[in-house]
Amino acid sequence: MKIKHMTMDKKSISKIGKRNRLIRELPLHFMIIPAFIIVAIYSYGSMLGAGIAFQDFVPTKGLFGSDWVGLENFRRLFALPDMWQVIGNTIFISVSKMIGGIIVPVVFALLLNEFKSSKIRRSLQTMVYLPNFLSWVILSGIFIDLLSPSSGIVNGVLGLLGIEPIFFLGDKIWFPITMIITDIWKGFGFGSVIYLAALTGIDPTLYESAVIDGANRWKQILHITLPGILSTIILMTVLSMANILNGGFDQIYNLYSPSVYATGDILDTMVFRLGIERTQYSLATAAGLFKSGVSLIFILASYYLADRFAGYRIF
Amino acid sequence: MKIKSSVSRKIFLVLNFIFLTSLALLCVLPFINLLAISFSSKEAVTSGKVTFLPVDFTASSYSFIMQSQAFLKAVGVSVVRVILGVSVNLLLIVLTAYPLSKSKQQFRARNFYSWIFVLTILFSGGLIPSYMIVRYTGLFDSIWALILPGALPVFNMLVVMNYFRSLPQELEEAAYIDGASHVRTLINVVLPVSTPTIATVTLFSFVSHWNSWFDGMIYMRTVDHYPLQTYLRTVVINPEAFFRNTANLNGDLQILLGLVNARTTNAAQLFLATIPILLIYPFLQKYFTTGLVMGSVKG
Repeated sequence: MKIKHMTMDKKSISKIGKRNRLIRELPLHFMIIPAFIIVAIYSYGSMLGAGIAFQDFVPTKGLFGSDWVGLENFRRLFALPDMWQVIGNTIFISVSKMIGGIIVPVVFALLLNEFKSSKIRRSLQTMVYLPNFLSWVILSGIFIDLLSPSSGIVNGVLGLLGIEPIFFLGDKIWFPITMIITDIWKGFGFGSVIYLAALTGIDPTLYESAVIDGANRWKQILHITLPGILSTIILMTVLSMANILNGGFDQIYNLYSPSVYATGDILDTMVFRLGIERTQYSLATAAGLFKSGVSLIFILASYYLADRFAGYRIF
Repeated sequence: MKIKSSVSRKIFLVLNFIFLTSLALLCVLPFINLLAISFSSKEAVTSGKVTFLPVDFTASSYSFIMQSQAFLKAVGVSVVRVILGVSVNLLLIVLTAYPLSKSKQQFRARNFYSWIFVLTILFSGGLIPSYMIVRYTGLFDSIWALILPGALPVFNMLVVMNYFRSLPQELEEAAYIDGASHVRTLINVVLPVSTPTIATVTLFSFVSHWNSWFDGMIYMRTVDHYPLQTYLRTVVINPEAFFRNTANLNGDLQILLGLVNARTTNAAQLFLATIPILLIYPFLQKYFTTGLVMGSVKG
């Protein structure tokens, strides 16, 4: 049926003629051109500009006037004393956020799903979604105040329990932990939306027959609810893999300080300091390109896996 | 047996309710604390008396901010940025999503363009080359530096494109038979039935422009051109910066200066910056689920 319809379509098109078809398609090209130009300049321009990673780049000479040095910048980059430390920090922070960013929203969605009253559900949801929509600048301002060792509320509460004040943002051990927890705090509510949507898609008759078979609530979760949202969990896990080298620049840049570089410095903050603050453009671009390259491999792998196991395609 | 299980179920529900409510409070209380600090007196804040209710209620922090030029200027920049940025985003999203929603038979270059746009999600040149392009295109210190580089949010465009594709073919066919041009079809047929998805991407775009701070920090040369979030970063990182030029303030401000300190004024400024988000919050809740679900519609 479909093939027949298509061939008819083709015949009628050839009747109209190639010229008419071009005229009919021309406005579509015109519509797309503004975005095409913007993307060509700012996205593809910057991809081309990544060539300065292979140069001894001098801004006044430009991309075409600077000297080419091959892989020299990458050699210098990996010879930096803290490079491997920074990569380690980045992966530790991003993987921890990734794991927490899957488990906490799933558990939250499952617990919330136990309430049948939509009033309770909605008011709880309204509260937990809030942090997701605020910038890390605002949240940093709040956390710097809350976590302060001298005047912060958190240390005030810990003091009541007899615990010495903790310098959450200035201590090498506590800094990455604080980053991981506050990031999960910001995102878990919004992250649960997709699981809640998946939960409503589970066929209610499955639960009815489980009750008749004598399954208790826990068994129902184990054998109906979890398998019902498993494909969503797999999809979100796979897609989050693309963030392997994203430690969370917005958060860390606004909260870190030199005293926690040893555990808190990530690739993006290093690129920023090298490139923008110390104007070592070529070296910073090499670091950025390394990150983009590794991320690309992970993104392609994650999209492949997402398509393979969850039938997900972005377009 | 049956009674026993329903008792344990009730206990579970009560514990679950307490647990989830505490979790939810954990998400909101930091903002309540912020609000309380902003309406409290400097002495109460310094002595650590303020938790979730204002102590020695006063609005002096707000009066002080309202009379300082820096905050209002930054709000002005942000308002202009949001209006320009969201309009440009929406225009380009719709203009790009419509042709791409056509089938390959209707628009032969569709796949070529699709790949051009999707590749930008997969790979980027990184911070420094993007910075250099903005510099070479002469946008430093101009509001357009905050708008043009991200003028087409590709992911949002794909959401809208997927929505356009899900519309019944007959709609556009009917318009075509009636002799409507593409532009007419888009404006009179497609857009009127696409309000939910347009609302979703408008909200996304609004939130992202309102919350951006990094581009303002690297592309703006003068603090006067900082959008609100970039300006806020300067006061968050260096709380006393706000009070640097207090010597030449006029009489009214000198009186206020005795009532406020960096913590109360920072709290007030941060709270004011969240108000736009709170205002659109009901809409965000209504539309973002749709947006998320639509984003995963298989094309």
